[in-house]
Amino acid sequence: MKQRLVMVGNGMAGVRTLEELIKLAPDTYDITVFGSEPYGNYNRIMLSPLLAKEKVLSEIMLNDIDWYTDNNITLHAGKKVTQIDRARRCVVAEDGTEALYDRLLIATGSDPFLIPVPGADLPGVITFRDIADVNAMLEASREYKNAVVIGGGLLGLEAANGLMKHGMKVTVVHLLDSLMERQLDKPASTLLKSYLEQRGMNFAMEAQTAAIIGKDRVTAVQFADGSEVEADLVVMAVGIRPNVELAQKAGIYCERGVVVSDTMQTFDPVVYAIGECAQHRHQCYGLVAPLFDQARVCANHLARIGTSRYEGSVTSTKLKVTGVDLFSAGDFNETEGDEAIVLQDSASGTYKKLVIRDNKIKGAVLFGDTMDGSWYFSLMREGTSIADFRKTILFGQHDVGDAGHGDAERIMSLPASAEICGCNGVSKGDIVTAISKGGLFTLEEVRAHTKASSSCGSCTGLVESILASTVGEGYSAAPSKKPMCPCTEHSHDEVIHAIKQHELKSMPAVREFMDWKTPDGCASCRPALNYYLLARWPEEYVDDSQSRFINERAHGNIQKDGSYSVVPRMFGGLCTAKDLRTIADVSDKYNVPEMKVTGGQRIDLFGIKKEDLPSMWKDLSDAGFVSGHAYGKAMRTVKTCAGKTWCRFGTQNSTGLGVQLEELTWGSWMPHKFKLAVSGCPRNCAEATIKDFGVVCVDSGYELHVGGNGGIKVRVTDLLCKVETEAEVLEYCGAFTQKYREEAHYLERTAPWVERVGLSSIKQAVVENAEERKALYERFKLGQKFAQIDPWKARAEGEASHEFTPLRIAG
Amino acid sequence: MNNWTEIVALDQIPKLGSRVIKTDTMNIAIFRTSGDEVFAMKDECPHKQGPLSQGIVHGTSVTCPLHNWKIDLASGQALGPDEGCTNVFPTKVENGKVYISLAVAVAA
Repeated sequence: MKQRLVMVGNGMAGVRTLEELIKLAPDTYDITVFGSEPYGNYNRIMLSPLLAKEKVLSEIMLNDIDWYTDNNITLHAGKKVTQIDRARRCVVAEDGTEALYDRLLIATGSDPFLIPVPGADLPGVITFRDIADVNAMLEASREYKNAVVIGGGLLGLEAANGLMKHGMKVTVVHLLDSLMERQLDKPASTLLKSYLEQRGMNFAMEAQTAAIIGKDRVTAVQFADGSEVEADLVVMAVGIRPNVELAQKAGIYCERGVVVSDTMQTFDPVVYAIGECAQHRHQCYGLVAPLFDQARVCANHLARIGTSRYEGSVTSTKLKVTGVDLFSAGDFNETEGDEAIVLQDSASGTYKKLVIRDNKIKGAVLFGDTMDGSWYFSLMREGTSIADFRKTILFGQHDVGDAGHGDAERIMSLPASAEICGCNGVSKGDIVTAISKGGLFTLEEVRAHTKASSSCGSCTGLVESILASTVGEGYSAAPSKKPMCPCTEHSHDEVIHAIKQHELKSMPAVREFMDWKTPDGCASCRPALNYYLLARWPEEYVDDSQSRFINERAHGNIQKDGSYSVVPRMFGGLCTAKDLRTIADVSDKYNVPEMKVTGGQRIDLFGIKKEDLPSMWKDLSDAGFVSGHAYGKAMRTVKTCAGKTWCRFGTQNSTGLGVQLEELTWGSWMPHKFKLAVSGCPRNCAEATIKDFGVVCVDSGYELHVGGNGGIKVRVTDLLCKVETEAEVLEYCGAFTQKYREEAHYLERTAPWVERVGLSSIKQAVVENAEERKALYERFKLGQKFAQIDPWKARAEGEASHEFTPLRIAG
Repeated sequence: MNNWTEIVALDQIPKLGSRVIKTDTMNIAIFRTSGDEVFAMKDECPHKQGPLSQGIVHGTSVTCPLHNWKIDLASGQALGPDEGCTNVFPTKVENGKVYISLAVAVAA
């Protein structure tokens, strides 16, 4: 018999847990759900837009009644559970309905806090928590004129805004002297207040509510100083508190919330608690992103996989009041030892403050311009050092290094037909529809459903903006720790670290040590693991060709018709008449339909049948060519200019140096493709300042530039340092390359890697510390001993012949 | 009725890999999982006809090399939110030899 899982509470966190559970282990439980509201699961954070009539009920439904039927879940909608009998393992509802459980999930959420003043129970006094409250407010707005909202926090202001939209005269009563004091500092709060005042909202600040006056219905609110304000409707929005009553009565240990462990279990291990009612490591959360993190962990445990733990969340807030751009995250009030960077332009209504400690962001408040909120938030979560761009950080990401957020604001005004993802032809409308229909909350989900941002990734920022504007606060930015892929809970960094620390030397060893969920991994983690092992243990690890993407397995670029392209290596872009003649002869022999000079100064032969590859490589190899690796996450080409041998401006031998660099680095596998260039003078004809590693020759030596990218997002290199000799260029190049090879995430180019870890940390290892530089260089050369074996020659001689030989049968 | 044709010795197909069978009318991809199960299907992804034989095999599915669609080896169905299906052919392994039946194509 299947085990019985009962869930008390039918809200977002709980249902999310069920969804995750059904995905992981569809047939493990008979599931019964009790919900006190007569609906399926709706998006509670969308109550404000519902009140403001920006959305209708059907638009905020996440799981309708059919969803429960389709998944064989028994839903008792509108039945409030009054008792948990732990001895009988049974829950009892108000109307006597009982359900036995093997596992119980408490997801009772939170209750609005009512201030205990005389008259609080009068008709016309409500809270702002569910659909019934919204309906009550809408009804009142049709009949009455004056509304008072008690509480100037996030929820109170959203309620006030909604009521104002329906034509009511609204006064917000706040106990303290500054609005949203938990999310905003004083200056931002002042800006917010004056903005809302301009729109007609009234405020009674530092006002303590003493009584609510009225006979049959509320007529006024009286303050402690005796003054009164007229009111036909009073909305209490002074806060929420975790709903622990049921758990407490059942003898489950509670503090502010139901206390849970990192696996979301309460003190009774068959009883779980999740969402707003749960208290984890002294924290109760009220925002969606952390609740979804909890849901994932809880489902994982319920499914008896047990590999994941919830370790708390860092949260950020956005206000959903139309026209107000407001963002806050972390500790935004500086304490001793913190530094604040502030930009304040009251006339234009812009205020930005970052709180910094040890060059890391601790907190942020943005008002008026929140475009870079998600960027600051990710710098904060990842603990990225901002030392390198401190001076310009407040001007936003586009000022630091373009990563695609420059268009975030424009996106809101785009028509539905506007193309967002140019790779897969996905429009803004497609994305919005998929988000609302599919109930999507994360970038990963949008990628899976629409394919937007799943190819080159350059539209990721745009897709995130659409996601944020469509689902509002529910948008969960990437979790604080991003797993490598769905096969594991571990991040790239943790895997890289474990491979080194615990000397894991094979893929099964890594998967076993790190509790992989799948026996052979997937198409995304296998190539990554194969690379990490190869980069860390070049002498011992045996490359697994079945974990290579086809291009690297077949040593050619697969084209859309299934044919391959071949690019022979020409060191430094130099060639001879004999080389060109060989290429021309090979091209004739194999009827190559098209040839092209590549951006990296090599010659590309297109349209080669897979079975012809080995014999073509043999011909090229006999003439002295090796693979150009134009297909791999590998060192690609060194582009050069003419240099001082011929050019009247040339200061150094750029072609000669290019050849030396290519001889040093060819064959090296990398986290992603890696390009070099050498320019003979600052005119920079080889475009060295948009390469992963670029050299610009000057009269007195060589400038070394790193982290450039001419591809998806153009990024100009950072200057690493200047050196005087060619030998130094080679050593610094090898050291930088090796640092990238050892530390970057698989499929991370040098540009985002440099931005993520910070140029200073790279300079420290490669420039300032000679010993470390030499060690890195030695490790690079050691790896090259094993990497510089021409894969083409090996295959021409018969290696992996099964890869290139089709089987034939008639029929 | 199955009409078995012998194709190749099992050990000639790499584990977690594949081989391509050329017939007069089409290419067929034949896959071997880590547990030595063998599956065969038309070598065309239902999305944009990518050669599935060139994809990465994991569990009992293959990821298309062109746009990362995941196809279930047993049914030929696209997995996840993607929708589509490719023809599969019955196979069997006897005494280390792999056989395929082209008489019936299972599924759409």
